[in-house]
Amino acid sequence: MKIKLVIIVAFSVLAKFSFAQTDVDAIMMNKNQFCFGPMYSYSSWDHYWEGTLKRNNENLGTVSTKMFNVMGNWGITNNLNLMFSVPYVKTKATAGTLAGMKGIQDLSIYAKWRFLNASIGKAKLKLFAIAGFSTPLDNYVIDFLPLSVGLGSTNGIFRFQADYQYKKFTVTASTASWVRSNVKIDRTSYYDTEMHYTNVVDMPNASQQQIRAGYRGKYLIAEAILNKWTTKGGFDITRNNMPFPSNRMNSTSLGLSAKYTIPAFTNLSLLAGTQYTLAGRNVGQSTQYYGGVFYAFYANKKSKPQPKK
Amino acid sequence: MKKRIYSLAIIAAAILSIGSCSKSINDRTAELPALSPTSVDENAGTWKPILLSSASEFSVAAPGATTTPDYIAQLNEIKDWQQDISKEEESLVKYWGAGAVLRWNEILRTLVAQHNLPPYQNADGTYPFPNANNPLAYPLFPFANPPYAARAYAYVSAAQYDALVAAYYYKKLYNRPAPSNVDANIKTLLPKQSIASYPSEDAVIAGVSVEMMKLLFPGDQEFIQKQAEEHMRARIISGANVRSDLEAGMALGKLVAQKFVTRARGDRAGAAASNATQWAQMETDAINKGETPWISLELPKRPPMLPLFGKVKAFLFDSLTAISLRPPPPPATSSQKMKDELAEVYNYVKNPTRENIRIVHFWADGVGTYTPPGHWNAIACEDFLKKNFSEVRWARNLALLNMAVMDAGIVCWDTKYYYFNPRPTQLNPAIKTLTGIPNFPAYISGHSTFSAAAATILSVIVPERAADYDAMAKEASMSRLYGGIHYRSDCEVGLVVGKNVGNYAVARSQTDGAGN
Repeated sequence: MKIKLVIIVAFSVLAKFSFAQTDVDAIMMNKNQFCFGPMYSYSSWDHYWEGTLKRNNENLGTVSTKMFNVMGNWGITNNLNLMFSVPYVKTKATAGTLAGMKGIQDLSIYAKWRFLNASIGKAKLKLFAIAGFSTPLDNYVIDFLPLSVGLGSTNGIFRFQADYQYKKFTVTASTASWVRSNVKIDRTSYYDTEMHYTNVVDMPNASQQQIRAGYRGKYLIAEAILNKWTTKGGFDITRNNMPFPSNRMNSTSLGLSAKYTIPAFTNLSLLAGTQYTLAGRNVGQSTQYYGGVFYAFYANKKSKPQPKK
Repeated sequence: MKKRIYSLAIIAAAILSIGSCSKSINDRTAELPALSPTSVDENAGTWKPILLSSASEFSVAAPGATTTPDYIAQLNEIKDWQQDISKEEESLVKYWGAGAVLRWNEILRTLVAQHNLPPYQNADGTYPFPNANNPLAYPLFPFANPPYAARAYAYVSAAQYDALVAAYYYKKLYNRPAPSNVDANIKTLLPKQSIASYPSEDAVIAGVSVEMMKLLFPGDQEFIQKQAEEHMRARIISGANVRSDLEAGMALGKLVAQKFVTRARGDRAGAAASNATQWAQMETDAINKGETPWISLELPKRPPMLPLFGKVKAFLFDSLTAISLRPPPPPATSSQKMKDELAEVYNYVKNPTRENIRIVHFWADGVGTYTPPGHWNAIACEDFLKKNFSEVRWARNLALLNMAVMDAGIVCWDTKYYYFNPRPTQLNPAIKTLTGIPNFPAYISGHSTFSAAAATILSVIVPERAADYDAMAKEASMSRLYGGIHYRSDCEVGLVVGKNVGNYAVARSQTDGAGN
């Protein structure tokens, strides 16, 4: 029996907005299979990019984000999964006087559809279309970067993904488009590159590309992940200014992720990973560690596939 | 299968709802109707100027007759523009038509927000100072912090007012009709005004504003000139003025500005940054009084912001009066009252409510914003719009507001550096703040002093809003306690001092001949 897990790539920017994604891998739940579990991640940085200038800030020290996330994945059919996640976020700066923030962040829901599952000799090719949205569950503070809980926008996410497997080795590539709603901040005017007399901020849309490659065995999955996040518009933080939700936040990060299903008790899986920001713009150069435990089961025993001998 | 369809429907609905969201943003002052004053204030030439000895101190030559070939050529210039008006020109007419004093105030707020950035430190942990003679080198000149901004708003507004009083004097004297009253073929894209058009009040405002802003924001001349050029173009395209109306107005505005520039160069603001010897002396003085002196909470420690701004020459009173407005000392840093107030601050920041954070951020007006004085300008302008004031009354009311706010800043800064009192976080580092801590002593709160001064004079100008202004000033004041920035004493005494200063503006408003 195979237990398929939600694999998360939590991506953390200067904003300390970290969002968990359940949509960026090629692994599917079977029909009527349900998987859920908690995830914990810790991300921190002491350098960030002010526009394109890399710097530190003695008045922030190290900025950290702790995130506790509850996630789930439900196999509606073998080729269609529905996923959700709800994170609780807590931020902190080790130096300076600014208070950290905490609160429930954004609910994410994704539908992942595998529309092609083909064998080409010994190799397999799978294609996916993924659609999702995320929205704040709480009226958290948006305009207090880098200590905000999140960026506050409601997002539509559309992803295309291809997965190629040859024996135990896999490569998964995906590209996603993020459509972000405007957000409302607590003040009635703000300056980005001009003065605005409104509390509404136009959040630029964004795109995400990812390539992950590695080993996919019966119990162990281990992958390296290269992730690129690009904001389509927005503006740079000016010299020694504060960051703002609609900054042009870009980042490229490299990570490792491993999932291990316990052979003696295959309902249970452990997940651990790390991610490091290689390059960025208006974001923190974060290092992130995460770990989680997931429990998978069949909602309906009849639908449980027979073990392969 | 049913479940699948159901789930897909939910997701599709969610995505569609995001896709259909309009992303357009409506700025509150982007789409305004044209200014159409209830009263044109045609006797404003008799109002009392601030610096000018009289409305006629600077002479304005009599305009040429409207029958001369030169004037007819100027009418043709308008017709030429009006033959083919582009979308961009149309939007310029609309933008400037909302009010010249309003728009130049907004431009000033933009410059303040753009320049309200503390310089980054040098490699050795010291800080560079902006240099007015080299404004485009880092750190850019100016650092438009709240005192700098308060003074900038006051000078620009006061100079606009004096220039308009002079302009209205000559309007009445020469009584040149508007182009459309001379030639019926001139279209008027803005409401016709019964007031004489020479010299143009718009050009006076542009001229005086350009000159004042050149002094205050010397690195932004290109931007400032572009605004003036567009403003003047809008006047011609709209058919409101011929070129000679504008040229006379521009010249008058520049002359009046020179008087204010001369005052500004001698008002002691240039020495307000002070020096290391004087900073050390302030610290020693506090210690000698048995107090814990203020220490910068920035890393590396930043020199205090404009310690001698309290010595700047006020608009509404002399230097002895400024000192007499200084309040009695704050509770001693070692007293039980201070311990209690410190505990109160800690209680507010320990577990802040969402509403309190909203209030803190609504009024913070910190780095990268138009500052608390700018916030009060924004509040005032949005209310003035509803009052349909004439340009000269707009200028007069903003001058009263901004002189009150600047002078409040002077008394506040004098108090801050006289007592040199520490911030709550200095006495208890466990106090983490909900917005940045300004880099100067605590007592008294700048937000409270600025806000009470503003609310006091605005309550006379827009009396139906008096209760709202009072509530806003109190909320702005308390926001500093909620945010962990100030003790209650700083806020409450700040409100009292602000009101006392504001009353000087009220007194002026009763004797300047404008009436309320």
